Amino acid sequence: MTILVHRINSAALRVFLPVLMAFAFAFTGSVQAKLEIEIIKGNASALPIAVVPFQWKASGYPPITTVTEVIDQDLYRSGLFKPMDESDMADRPVEAEDIRFGTWRLLKTDYLVIGSIRDAVGGNGYEIVYQLFDVHTQEQLLSQITTVGLGDLRFGAHRVADAIYEKLTGVSGAFSTRIAYVSATPTEQGYHYELVVADADGFNPQSIVGSPEPLLSPSWSSNGEQLAYVSFENGNSEIYVQTIATGARQLVSSGKGINGAPAFSPSGRYMALTLSKSGNPEIYIRDLATGSQRQLTHHWAIDTEAAWSPDSSMIYFTSDRGGRPQIYRVAASGGKAERVTLDGDYNARATVAANGRSIAVAQGKGSEYRIGIWDLENQRMRILTPGVLDESPSFAPNSSMILYATKEGDRGVLSAVSADGNVRQRLILSEGDVREPAWSPVIR
Amino acid sequence: MKIALRLLLALLVTVALAACKTTEPVQDTPEDTTPDTVAPVDEVVTAPALDPRDYTSAQSVENFDNPESLLSKRVIYFDFDQSDVKAEYRGIITAHAAYAASHSSARITLESHADERGTREYNLGLGERRGNAISGLVSAGGASGSQLDVVTYGEERPVCRVSAEDCWWQNRRVEIVYTAR
Repeated sequence: MTILVHRINSAALRVFLPVLMAFAFAFTGSVQAKLEIEIIKGNASALPIAVVPFQWKASGYPPITTVTEVIDQDLYRSGLFKPMDESDMADRPVEAEDIRFGTWRLLKTDYLVIGSIRDAVGGNGYEIVYQLFDVHTQEQLLSQITTVGLGDLRFGAHRVADAIYEKLTGVSGAFSTRIAYVSATPTEQGYHYELVVADADGFNPQSIVGSPEPLLSPSWSSNGEQLAYVSFENGNSEIYVQTIATGARQLVSSGKGINGAPAFSPSGRYMALTLSKSGNPEIYIRDLATGSQRQLTHHWAIDTEAAWSPDSSMIYFTSDRGGRPQIYRVAASGGKAERVTLDGDYNARATVAANGRSIAVAQGKGSEYRIGIWDLENQRMRILTPGVLDESPSFAPNSSMILYATKEGDRGVLSAVSADGNVRQRLILSEGDVREPAWSPVIR
Repeated sequence: MKIALRLLLALLVTVALAACKTTEPVQDTPEDTTPDTVAPVDEVVTAPALDPRDYTSAQSVENFDNPESLLSKRVIYFDFDQSDVKAEYRGIITAHAAYAASHSSARITLESHADERGTREYNLGLGERRGNAISGLVSAGGASGSQLDVVTYGEERPVCRVSAEDCWWQNRRVEIVYTAR
């Protein structure tokens, strides 16, 4: 098992290598998750922040991966922060009165986080107590207690990282969100496919549905409680909607031709889907309350891979009506489609940033595919990933990162890249091939 | 005892040879002629070589497994990102069309595929477009629409999983599957 870590700062290597080794063994759930972090280029404007190891004051043994390490990882992965290595911390304050701000100014950090973990009142959980300080002004920016149940310390750590991220960037955090993906594992009979839901960093995977036939195109409902997906269990593509908590599922679309690319609207009222019953793939809008459907696109080309704008008014979709796949846009209420992507020979599978400013796509050039961000206002494409078989981009709900599928040799893996392209992370989530990631909405 | 052992050995060799046989893609064109042969009386009789233009002979059901017959060719391959049916496959399609036209009980499912490059849902569409292209030609050749069905699997059912053209071309295919003959 090799772990590749390239860091500009070699001191960081001393800290992060054992941290990554610890991650490899600190798994919960039936599937082992492993994180590999690769810096593309240093982000000169990343905010230096020091998260002093939180003191363990609770009963029982602390987890192998500490709350502090999870917070550091989250902030670092976002590409906007440069967490200080523990080995560089000359001081380990736990309470506010122990802080000597002069020391931290000398260490050139802008922000400081201190904290501790204690048993929750009444047992059955933990309280993570923490404070965030501006080192220069010595102002306390946050003082919070996050309470979690037993076994939910990782989730608590993600909530702390979210709060710090939101306080310092003004953008809500996405660290305590979830991802869905499909895994394909070879068996004696062929392949076993599973739709899996995990934390946004790949930990705590849970199987939602398993099948001997392909599964693809998971789509989260706006309240995060359901997943729509395409299944070939009956020999042809069909769309199912499944409630995650109960496992109950319902067949939404089947019949001759393609039943594919389901997409729940952010408003929660509709689902876009692709049907080829009319003779070629077209996009339809389904009213989830009544079940009635109306056809949105009317063109002999392949029209598929619908993605909603954040206000649910527009549908972005893939169409090869111009010869090769490009992204087009049409009002969800109907009308004329207009072309969106103007750069590149092949652009498909749009995911729309929640801030409405850009879409990410899979851009093909010859045989190579990369993830690009198309700025909707400036009408410019920026390629974020090296390829060569990168696809299925999915925006984080705060528009800060993009999860996508790529190949390593002949094996499918997931990667996450910060929206500015500065930090990229590979997630190796299970034994088999992993593909089709979908990032959940923020669930409050 | 010795004879039984020899027979067993012969059986094992035959089985081993059969296991070694691999399916090959269509490379030859329908214009290749095979000379008619007459089997000598004291040797094992094999099926006679066929005139490739004999699509609708009463024996044609058996021709499904006869490598001399176009009916035994049931995979059509495509170029990258294309759904045009290449000229080299027209004879095969005509053979199946003629068979279906003369056997009203025949039912064909065109299982359609794409290689892994490009996005999955678009590739469902690309696969279907390939199947539709073949379906159109088989209909034009005399089959009835009710005999034909197109199912697309996009890139989801590859025959190989290596990320190289050696494998990709094998996945850009439509398989002619008879659900009834």
